[in-house]
Amino acid sequence: MAVFTGTVAVTGLNATDNPGPGVPVVRALRSSPEFAGRIIGLAYDAMDPGLFLPDLLDGAMLIPYPSAGRDALFARLAHARRTFGVDVLIPTLDSELPALCDHEHVLRAMGIGVYLPTRAQYDMRSKARLFELCENHDVPVPRSEVLNDPNALYSIHERFSFPIAVKGVFYGATIAYSASEAVAAFHKQAAEWGLPIIVQEFVAGEELNVAAIGDGEGGLIGAVPMKKLMLTKQGKGWAGVTIHDAPLMALARRAVAAMKWRGPLELEVIRDAAGGYHLLEINPRFPAWVDLSAGAGQNLPLACARLAAGESVGTLPDYRVGAAFVRASVNQLVDISAFEALTVHGERAKAS
Amino acid sequence: MTAGTDRLSQLAISPSGFIFDPRSGSTFTVNEPARFILEAIRDGLGLDAIVKTLNDHFAAGAADLRRDTLEFARRLRDSGLLPTDFELV
Repeated sequence: MAVFTGTVAVTGLNATDNPGPGVPVVRALRSSPEFAGRIIGLAYDAMDPGLFLPDLLDGAMLIPYPSAGRDALFARLAHARRTFGVDVLIPTLDSELPALCDHEHVLRAMGIGVYLPTRAQYDMRSKARLFELCENHDVPVPRSEVLNDPNALYSIHERFSFPIAVKGVFYGATIAYSASEAVAAFHKQAAEWGLPIIVQEFVAGEELNVAAIGDGEGGLIGAVPMKKLMLTKQGKGWAGVTIHDAPLMALARRAVAAMKWRGPLELEVIRDAAGGYHLLEINPRFPAWVDLSAGAGQNLPLACARLAAGESVGTLPDYRVGAAFVRASVNQLVDISAFEALTVHGERAKAS
Repeated sequence: MTAGTDRLSQLAISPSGFIFDPRSGSTFTVNEPARFILEAIRDGLGLDAIVKTLNDHFAAGAADLRRDTLEFARRLRDSGLLPTDFELV
């Protein structure tokens, strides 16, 4: 395909022990010989670690938190367009999408392309509605209940066997082995992400994930399945490998078709000891391991950038089974002045 | 390939004994006799043929080789690489 020369803005540059997908998205773009564009990091904090990785970004800018509202975000994106010539935006955090979905025309009028789901698609895969979606489309999913009142947890044993997963509405899950643990988890998740809280039947097994892009008509533009080989205490993948798993890919195709999903997504699936598959979550963005897709020969972030720019990508090449990643945590040595431009001016032309 | 050994046929087996299962993402290491047995089962050899060939390559008694081969086949069943009803005969 033709070399991509546009300017891509990427969010989610926090690269802590629970990293955002921004740095892996950028690394995937940079790794491709078909990418000759510029990359601008959009960060919420001047100390987001991805801002300080050498040779990662061509520029960086602070943007307001989603809680500041759509107008504040769009004003900042218009500034990014004027200052850095941003052509394409790849948002990578769940909480960013409500402000962007259904406003693609506004962004396009600014000159910024995105490839995103509609708000209706975004909502139908939410943790609160996943069970209903899957039940209606014959996708295997653990039973769940949506709770707004912690008192309901004292009778949850009548409907679920412990342990259960207590999940926040956007992020986070706690495995609870008793009603008291479940109530504590309810308050912890609610304090962080608000209500409702989702209680999900716990399924033991191997954790599998699929990173993909849906075409908005029920098809998959590309998809790469991965098995986590190492987990952090938070359950985040620290190492993983691409696998060949036909039933997993069939499940992914069914779920994407059910939603007619448009844009990047990640499916989290458990394969139980009997070989059954259970869809735990659908995340509405690339995962933090998405650079593995590039390593496996199917560069999903680059495909997303092209689609957002209005290009056609056709059928992506098959991914390579056995491509693995191992995450590393490193200290980046910088001078304190590296924080200056972003802290004082909210932007800088070149990463340190 | 013989019936029931299709999972073994999917394995990526390195000469070093490092094995990658592309379906589960799991990796294993086996020693040389175990790799030999695994490849023999995958290729459809029966128990007598495996023991005879092992006997030509490794210095061990036929009874030991027979027992070890059956034990290894059981471990392959336990790890899901052979069907639970697979019998090496």
